[in-house]
Amino acid sequence: MTAFLRTEFFHNYTRSSSAIIGSALMAFFAVAVLAGPFLVAQNPYDIASLDLMDSYKPPVWLDGGDPRYWLGTDGQGRDVWASILYGARISVFIGLVAMMASCVIGTLLGLLAGFYGGIVDSVIMRIADVQLSFPSILIALFLMSAVGTGVDKVLIALTAVGWVVYARTVRGSTLSEIEKEYVQAARVAGLPNHKIIRKHVLPNVLTPLIVIATIQVGTFVLIEASLSFLGVGVPITQPSLGLLIKNGFDVLFSGLWWTSVFPGVAIMMLVFGINLFGDFLRDELNPRLK
Amino acid sequence: MFGYLIKRLIQMLLVLWVVSVIVFLMMSFTGDPVFMVVPIDATDAEIAQARRLLGLYDSLLVQYWKFITSLVQGDFGRSYVFRQPAMTLILERMPATVEMVLVAMVLAVVVAIPLGVYAGANPNGRLSRIIMSSSLLGISLPGFWVGMVLIYLFAVNWGVFPSSGRGDTAEVFGLRVSLLTWDGWHHIALPAITLSLGTMAILLRMTRAGMMEVSRQDYMKFARAKGATRRDVLYKHGLKNALIPVVTIFGLQLGDLIAFATITETIFSWPGMGKLLIDSIYRADRPVIVVYLMLVALIFVVINFLVDIVYTLIDPRITLK
Repeated sequence: MTAFLRTEFFHNYTRSSSAIIGSALMAFFAVAVLAGPFLVAQNPYDIASLDLMDSYKPPVWLDGGDPRYWLGTDGQGRDVWASILYGARISVFIGLVAMMASCVIGTLLGLLAGFYGGIVDSVIMRIADVQLSFPSILIALFLMSAVGTGVDKVLIALTAVGWVVYARTVRGSTLSEIEKEYVQAARVAGLPNHKIIRKHVLPNVLTPLIVIATIQVGTFVLIEASLSFLGVGVPITQPSLGLLIKNGFDVLFSGLWWTSVFPGVAIMMLVFGINLFGDFLRDELNPRLK
Repeated sequence: MFGYLIKRLIQMLLVLWVVSVIVFLMMSFTGDPVFMVVPIDATDAEIAQARRLLGLYDSLLVQYWKFITSLVQGDFGRSYVFRQPAMTLILERMPATVEMVLVAMVLAVVVAIPLGVYAGANPNGRLSRIIMSSSLLGISLPGFWVGMVLIYLFAVNWGVFPSSGRGDTAEVFGLRVSLLTWDGWHHIALPAITLSLGTMAILLRMTRAGMMEVSRQDYMKFARAKGATRRDVLYKHGLKNALIPVVTIFGLQLGDLIAFATITETIFSWPGMGKLLIDSIYRADRPVIVVYLMLVALIFVVINFLVDIVYTLIDPRITLK
């Protein structure tokens, strides 16, 4: 631990305000996601804990605000703050799981394409090319419109659009790694291909993925929010932050802005935090800039 | 060059073919379109009849063959909801979308390039830091939420801009254009600003990165040494080279704008083809979804092709083969 505190990485971290703000925002959401249900009195999905008498209370600093609900309540008397804490769990869960799935599948395909070349490479990379010429949001939207709503389906759609970037990056680094002497030495030593890939190539192609993976969580949170906003994302029973905004949009014209504005602020803080930290990581891990 | 064009054309057709297969498969495995065309109280015999008419009893291969031959012949099917040719429906709404996308693009370029050049030329300045943080914030914002906030502030609260619709249009060569009427500009302002923010932020960051990259090059130092003004060095020598990667991103961004227009149009009830897509998804209006996707795929491959051509024009070092 003390060794880590003396590294250049940590030194640069303490001097970079964007890294500190970014990780603080991420830490805030980590706490919100892990401890959310213990931080608020109301469970917004437990009908017994809702009271219709409390519906459409404005935030506490406005006239008619109720100190129990500092960000106000929605049409069912749900605490907006509690909904955000519960919604952030779903958004972050989807972002993280879809990122991990994309990373594993993309890395695997990238390794195969780079290591074996030939027809394997052509097929995987042509699929990637076709996919990259379309915006992710449109592919995800199309997939969701075909399969219907659901957290599992959002995960599949996000993974289907997310693997490409890993596959391309890993393929590129694999191509340059397998030319190097240590891989050739491993070949001469008679190691089987799967062992060379796993023990020698894989560890050396992972570093660039850290930045991609970090940023991708934020991207996925945004795509999921857009899908849910359009009504083809998560189901009403599992409202993510995006679905909260959609629900709030329906009453926006009556001037009830808080039910949609605050969940949006939450998404913004979450993704901004991830992007700030991702930018810092990119600068730190990029050897060309040093 | 001619050989390259032929090769690219074949590639483009291949991409469109792959897209057609994927679209067809996804559409065949999900939902049953027969219930879109028969009345709710249809008898089993009527349902079977409709199924036969739609060709749903054929094998998948036969169905695909029919699908692709009619696409090639220019028969794109009829909307289940509007009972009109799907292509006509989309083409009617396309000018509204193109208009919004173009205004958003121009807005993004006009704001992003000068700010990006400034931030790249003064990387440690206070203003540069503010520009860069705001651009990162711009990437982190959900676009639809920005649209909502704009609607709340400018339409609901202050009433200075309309919240939805396209307003008056003027007719030019049979196309309805908003940009020729004051009311049209009034209506397009909020949606175009909403749509442009993401692209603006990305173009800005690309321009800055490009400027920082080129400012390390020797020709920049030489230009300075030769006595060129700072402005000339930045814009004549620097920007031209910094823009090469920006142009690639530009093409991708145009595609992104068309995609995100679906969301923006939904929020602002803008009568474009993106809103038609979302409405069609809700109504499971399959022919419209299929035609939209094929049309957008065509637009994207053409954009990518044009970007490659433009690439060679601005960077003579690149040759197409």
